[in-house]
Amino acid sequence: MQNEYKVQLKNITKHFGGVKALTDVTLQIKKGEIHALIGENGAGKSTLMKILSGAYQKDSGQIFIDGREVKITSPKEAKDLGVAVIYQEFMLAPDLTVAENIFIDKLVDAGMFINWKTLKVKAKEQLLKLGFNDIDPSAKVGTLSVAYQQVVEICKCLTRNAEVLVLDEPTAVLTFSEIEKLFSIIRQLKSEGVSIVYISHRLEEIFQLSDNITVLKDGTYVDTVPTSSISKEELVSMMVGREIMQLFPSRQVKISDEILRVENLNAGKLVKNVSFSVKAGEVVGFSGLVGAGRTETMRAIFGADSIDSGKVIYFGKEVRFKSPKDAIGNGFGLLPEDRKKQGLLLEQSIRNNTTLASMHKIKNKFDIINHRKEKEYVKNLLADINTKYGSSEDNANSLSGGNQQKIALAKWLSADCKCIVFDEPTRGVDVGAKTEIYKIINNLAEQGVGVIMISSEMTELIGMCDRVIIMRQGMIAGEVDKSELNENNLIKFAMGV
Amino acid sequence: MTKENRISKIKDILINNNTYFILLLMFIISSFLSDTFLTSMNLRNIALQQSGPILVAIGMLFVVLTGGIDLSVGSIMAVGASVAAILIRDGMNFIPAILIAMCVGMMFGIFTGFMVAYGKFQGFVASLATMTIARGTAFVFTNGTPIKLADGTLNNIVKKEFMFPIIIIAAIIVIIFALVQKFTGWGRIVIAIGSNSTAVQLAGIRTKHYLLSVYAISGILSALAGVFIAARASTGSATVGMGQELDAIAACVIGGASLAGGKGFVVKTVAGAFVLALIGNIMNLMAVPSYPQDIIKGFIIIAAVLLQIVTNKSEKTV
Repeated sequence: MQNEYKVQLKNITKHFGGVKALTDVTLQIKKGEIHALIGENGAGKSTLMKILSGAYQKDSGQIFIDGREVKITSPKEAKDLGVAVIYQEFMLAPDLTVAENIFIDKLVDAGMFINWKTLKVKAKEQLLKLGFNDIDPSAKVGTLSVAYQQVVEICKCLTRNAEVLVLDEPTAVLTFSEIEKLFSIIRQLKSEGVSIVYISHRLEEIFQLSDNITVLKDGTYVDTVPTSSISKEELVSMMVGREIMQLFPSRQVKISDEILRVENLNAGKLVKNVSFSVKAGEVVGFSGLVGAGRTETMRAIFGADSIDSGKVIYFGKEVRFKSPKDAIGNGFGLLPEDRKKQGLLLEQSIRNNTTLASMHKIKNKFDIINHRKEKEYVKNLLADINTKYGSSEDNANSLSGGNQQKIALAKWLSADCKCIVFDEPTRGVDVGAKTEIYKIINNLAEQGVGVIMISSEMTELIGMCDRVIIMRQGMIAGEVDKSELNENNLIKFAMGV
Repeated sequence: MTKENRISKIKDILINNNTYFILLLMFIISSFLSDTFLTSMNLRNIALQQSGPILVAIGMLFVVLTGGIDLSVGSIMAVGASVAAILIRDGMNFIPAILIAMCVGMMFGIFTGFMVAYGKFQGFVASLATMTIARGTAFVFTNGTPIKLADGTLNNIVKKEFMFPIIIIAAIIVIIFALVQKFTGWGRIVIAIGSNSTAVQLAGIRTKHYLLSVYAISGILSALAGVFIAARASTGSATVGMGQELDAIAACVIGGASLAGGKGFVVKTVAGAFVLALIGNIMNLMAVPSYPQDIIKGFIIIAAVLLQIVTNKSEKTV
């Protein structure tokens, strides 16, 4: 019997210790379709995909490929069955070349001598097929942009004859022009009969791209629907099980005096003649492509990178923060963009993470920490921002992405900043947690804090900011006021048209 | 409480304290294998013998917690032993002599720490350099000949009539550092650096100062440990502490520390040091020749570390 489904996961159940991660979850993917898998953080999407890719073992349930029941007990078996997963963190060796990475598993089988020339030619062919003739097969992967690294990762999967490709939040680190390119690759693969599972928090993308949508919630299966039959609002309420009142909460603020003024700042290669200002109570957005110099500008002001020239005027006085310690001591905070690499101590307790930047509040002059006071302090602070956690002694990595981000935010809330930079504050965070993070930002603004918000999501900048400054190639390309904020204006400046 | 809960609780206790159980097990096995093991004479010898090595292991632990490693501890022990011996031979009272030896040890530690914190050297490389420099210095100081000390000077700190000062000092240092790790901001930041030094730096903490401090402490404790060894032999020699860095690292690992940093405990590290000590002790009592001893010791270390890995794995899935 011909089976219309390429992959069927039926009644999958998975426990971690006493916690049920998946209960009776079913996912059926047709040949050559783009199937979106959505749900809030912690809904079980990643766990389900890890079972499909052999990284985890299911407790019960069945997996069918081409209608035949299969057992997948290791990533290698999944690979042999034609299942490939591209995770948010790429599995690439940065010091090897593009060609070596694409054919990394073949390097092992190739025996003693490898014909580097054919390897490069084959890699080039594969890249050309996807329309990327500008990637050099002999370039080291570490030197490529994130978007190109992703292309390499996709090529790697394709050379292994992947028939099922799982993409986990592939656009989280891409700019919109890169996203368009990725979408055309995905559509091309679809036309070649590859089945694609597409995981994303960005609903616009799902509506643009997918044929069918499966919704998971709290480790259970909600429904599978054709994309054309459902509206965005309906989808969101399926995901959260409640109506979202308003994605962007409003705030009541009197914007007052200027607290930060930057004049002709130059730092490294990516910050050229940058000037801007921030007032108390204001939320100023920074838009632009990845690599436009937004993060670098803020890091230089924060003292994490050095400033070549220019003036920073903070509360009326010219300053130059020598180090993050110096900046924080003066009430200037920065929430880094990558919470796993720069923001959190994943293997340390929630408590330790929360008070890391404000330890002076919970210790005496002999450096001795008052544990009781600290627990109380952490409990109150995390309750204020509605963080869900088991015990404050649990490690930070036991939390979902949204709650991890709240811990990272809490660290800065407790540091009493007067001006604070949020670098991609909602990246990889689900809809419900996003709104809560916006509320936290609004709260700060209402208390008279000057907020700088770097974001690649334009809807978020439009919904949240009083003003948006657009950077391009290290320079300020333009500024758009709240009244004129729309996607068109932002794109125009960012692309330089 | 359900039965399932109770079992998982017992499992947790076993996992969290596995170093202590290994030590207990070694203790029980040893007492069966040899009649002399449980004599007060033998136990006292173990305590005297280990007073130095546990200090080295604690110093190593704090370096390891930051994600570094200190290979120079054995050589700094030799420097400590030599400096104290020379000063005492030349007529100095043993107490200031010990303090000066500790200061010299600290300078070597700071030297390594400076390379790591400010020169961006890897701990392995920086301390490898310090290791040879310190060993060479010890040989230069002593001219390569052991310095014999008169009775009633340095060996006072190992005498019964003074209640074995080195055991008391070592115990106090263990308690202090166990408390420091648990209750001070310093202890917490040291672990935090090993978990994610970028995050710590971006949280406004001067990671360099902390890196410098752990190597300095390692230097101080190593020099003191060297003095202890010299006191037991009444002789200061430049060959003290050969290979001690490996025992110290092994003690940390048996005590559950991660060489990647961010995980490790003072008291468990001390237990780890005693596990190693018991291995040596019981084989001596059973008259196993010294070369096979090393082989057996190596395998027991592997077994202990394997146990750590296995239990850590089950910890993660809970």
